[in-house]
Amino acid sequence: MTVTAEREPAQVATLDPAAIAREASPEALSGTSRTPALLIEHLSKRFVVGRKRKPVTAVHHVSIRIERGEIYGILGANGSGKSTLIRLVSTLLTLDEGRVAVFGHDIEREEMRVKRLINRVSVDAAFFKKLSPWENLVYAARLYGLEAGPAQREAVRILSRLGIKESRMSRPVEQMSRGMQQKVAIARALLTSPALLLLDEPTTGLDPRSKLDVQTFIEELRADHDATIVLTTHDLDEAERLCDRIALLNDGRVVAEGTAAELKTQVVRDHGGAATLENVFMTYTGRSLDEDVEEESDDAE
Amino acid sequence: MAVMTRELRASYAFIERNMNLTKRYWGWEVGFLVYAVAAALSVTLIGEDQKNERLIFSLMIGATFWNYLSVVFSFIAETITWERWEGTLEYTMMAPIHRFSHLLGSVLFALVYGFVHTAVVLTVLVLFFGLDLTGADFATAAFFMLLGSASVVGIGMIAAILPLLYVERGDQMTYVLNSLLLLFSGVYYSIEILPEWMQVVSTFVPGTYILNGIRAAMIDGQGLPELLGNVWPLIVMAVVLIPLGLWLFGLAERYAKRTGKLKRVG
Repeated sequence: MTVTAEREPAQVATLDPAAIAREASPEALSGTSRTPALLIEHLSKRFVVGRKRKPVTAVHHVSIRIERGEIYGILGANGSGKSTLIRLVSTLLTLDEGRVAVFGHDIEREEMRVKRLINRVSVDAAFFKKLSPWENLVYAARLYGLEAGPAQREAVRILSRLGIKESRMSRPVEQMSRGMQQKVAIARALLTSPALLLLDEPTTGLDPRSKLDVQTFIEELRADHDATIVLTTHDLDEAERLCDRIALLNDGRVVAEGTAAELKTQVVRDHGGAATLENVFMTYTGRSLDEDVEEESDDAE
Repeated sequence: MAVMTRELRASYAFIERNMNLTKRYWGWEVGFLVYAVAAALSVTLIGEDQKNERLIFSLMIGATFWNYLSVVFSFIAETITWERWEGTLEYTMMAPIHRFSHLLGSVLFALVYGFVHTAVVLTVLVLFFGLDLTGADFATAAFFMLLGSASVVGIGMIAAILPLLYVERGDQMTYVLNSLLLLFSGVYYSIEILPEWMQVVSTFVPGTYILNGIRAAMIDGQGLPELLGNVWPLIVMAVVLIPLGLWLFGLAERYAKRTGKLKRVG
């Protein structure tokens, strides 16, 4: 059963309104536009794996509509298709079936335009580890056509907000803690003023302090910039705290969607039990979060 | 104009990044330079052993310029390997830049890096053997280096596909291609000594014409008018190989996105 929340489209205000004005479709700019920030329609993705080359469906006829300014959470067990979905929207995978549009732009027909509108932070903060944060951020900024000077000033602003001093920016990334690296990764993504920010488990593996810093920053992005964010996470408290709406993904399918309150109400009414997001997760995915975390640890080993 | 500025800025991103990486790995760079000088010296000493000055010249040019070609080739071919190793490949691939700009930046850095590397190796060898290069036509030799680089760049782009498609062993497979170029280019010997079928293959390898041209310019002082027979094959190869490399890279990128091979790290 899917619970879908009714919500008015957010106002036209993002991290960088000028960037949207350049890239978004004309109808998306009109005040009365209902063009969603992200529209996914009947999206499927299969991979061929193993010696027998058996096809595995990672994403199965997923349809999602995310409005401008929303923070949209995607919850699911390991292998449920969360990261594949993010990679499909990031243009890192081709679509087998269906359609994806970012601010009205089809990601297959207008790939370059979509690339300018999005950015992504993944669970692993990937950098040139011998280079400093400065050098990595300037490199990323230039890839998006930005000048080094303004990019550096913006990086200082973002990183100081995340608790990293400017003096720390000249030493190699490899000398930074995992939490600091992830903050630099977030700064890298925000430097390009993405209209749609894809956060793929950005707080996984962070210490409590770093996790809180990142979560607070995401809340600020929503409050101050009306950013549209897609967030995948294993942390149910984080999802409940940050997300306007949540989709539960199981075996590549969206099995439930709605606000945290709606999902809890729905589960208690239909299945009983406690009114918690963990109960929602167990009901729709058939497993507890602990099992999921244990499996993740096994994978890591 | 704005698009071109953005693409040029993106190309420069790769040049600047590679310069920064070269600085950070300076110890390794010094070690690599020592290796290149030692390898070229070892080969050229065979000529000294034979008391044959023409052989010394020939081997020195072969060793030095093979070093240049293999440095340029390796740098381009390892463009993908390096990013996969660092885990940044997905970020680069999702950036809004054309693949031409991406590869152009890597290629330009590789050419400058190769020139500097080769200049050091050549200087050391000339001083070591006390060679007289007053009769050499350096301008013609440089022309062959530049023209030949274009076709080597095309082959490098094709080689860069291997790490994209074969995650674990793609990097090593580029060395196979490199060794075949070495075999058929006549780096340390005249291709006339090769079996007939190998000589036929040599006519399709840019290294053959590059080394012919550089040797004739450096040893015999020949200029471009006398070496046109080595120029036009290089022009044809550059015109064919660069677009072919870009096209094949595009196909490989599409395949990697279809099969999820961009995701793999390390």
